[in-house]
Amino acid sequence: MAINWFKYSAPTTFYGLAGKLIPWFGISAAILFAVGLYIGFFVAPTDYQQGEFYRIIFIHVPSSIISMFLYLIMAGYAAMGLIFNTRLSSMMATAIAPTGALFAFISLWTGALWGKPMWGAWWVWDARLTSELILLFLYLGYIALHASIDDPRRADRASALLAIVGSVNVPIIYFSVQWWNTLHQGSTIKFSGTSMHVAMQQAMFITLVACWLYAIAVILARVRSIILERERHTKWITELPEVKN
Amino acid sequence: MKARQKRFVFIAVGVAAVGLAVALVLNALDENVSLYFTPTQVFNDEAPHGRSFRIGGLVEEGSVKREADGLTVNFAITDTHKRIPVVYKGILPDLFKEGKGVVAQGSVGPDGVMKADEVLAKHDENYMPPEAADALMKAGVANAAAASAVGAASAPAAASAVK
Amino acid sequence: MNGLDIWMRENPITYVVLGSYAVAFLIFAVEIAMVRHKRKITLQQVRLMRDAGDEE
Repeated sequence: MAINWFKYSAPTTFYGLAGKLIPWFGISAAILFAVGLYIGFFVAPTDYQQGEFYRIIFIHVPSSIISMFLYLIMAGYAAMGLIFNTRLSSMMATAIAPTGALFAFISLWTGALWGKPMWGAWWVWDARLTSELILLFLYLGYIALHASIDDPRRADRASALLAIVGSVNVPIIYFSVQWWNTLHQGSTIKFSGTSMHVAMQQAMFITLVACWLYAIAVILARVRSIILERERHTKWITELPEVKN
Repeated sequence: MKARQKRFVFIAVGVAAVGLAVALVLNALDENVSLYFTPTQVFNDEAPHGRSFRIGGLVEEGSVKREADGLTVNFAITDTHKRIPVVYKGILPDLFKEGKGVVAQGSVGPDGVMKADEVLAKHDENYMPPEAADALMKAGVANAAAASAVGAASAPAAASAVK
Repeated sequence: MNGLDIWMRENPITYVVLGSYAVAFLIFAVEIAMVRHKRKITLQQVRLMRDAGDEE
């Protein structure tokens, strides 16, 4: 059983599979963004307290969720690369980091723009905001550490440790609003349900899926380049149609 | 044990150790990680003396009074147990309303009044159209929703952890 | 209250769209462009490597 998994996770098969999937993820992401934002701006009502400003939520919440999940997935791949020495897992971890960093940045940026009119401040050093900023720095640290070591296998191992240790931060971000007094409000989406109007909820869910599909598409595209680069000495690469011409 | 299993154990133990270390540090820093103190904590003398700190809670109903200069505002922050009067000169955020969440930064004088130099509004995690909010208000649920805006106000970590 | 504060309250939708959504989609566009550029460069390198290998 385990052998089967390793066969499918081989860069050789994965390269072709990813190439076929990317357009589908990309196109569905674009469609869902259009639908989600249409609902978010034209169907969803204004909020009783925050008026129109709350509409930042349709990009803010999805990018925050994805920045946290991508970190865990990246750390998971990095750990798999470290434990099983699989080539593809380490490449996936490397491919995820830039997208994760961008989503963390979007989360912080949109949060600041939301905070100014509603709270009265662009930035506050509360536990939620600070731990999300640390997440961005962890992504950047991972990218920098990986780039600074020339030997790719050694770079994988060193940066994997950083990724794994840093994953401690993710539960801190999530629970920060419960554990400490923060200016940031509690979670709207709880395990017990949401405290949100239906149309707002639909718009946020659709843009969340759109952001996921977008993230998967760019990560797959990036990992394909990494596979090409790292496996360029192998025969199967030189026989690829896009290399042959 | 195979090398693979060994590496797994190393990583698991490593993450557990780092997690424990971080948990201990955060636990020791508890009050410093929190953005604000509640009025009850201030009364229990848990807030720092002689330096500026933040108090968070609800703006007490009926407590907001504007002075003649149009800029100075008097109000009280409450966590339903204790109240701290605040005087602030400046522009208030849009969401500053009686019965809503607020965080004020400043120092408390010997008269027990906080002279604030920054007032931030804290909103809750509920999103709904004004009609729905009105309906809720009539049903008397709005107060409960507003109370959740300050979440941990009355009993810091415990109350919100249960939710 | 300065000019920006007043402007954002008078034009909340413009503020939200330009400030948050336009910036987010600009970031997405830059990321897509970078990923495509990376693929182009990598393919060129791989072809160069192969050609160099053939001559040996």
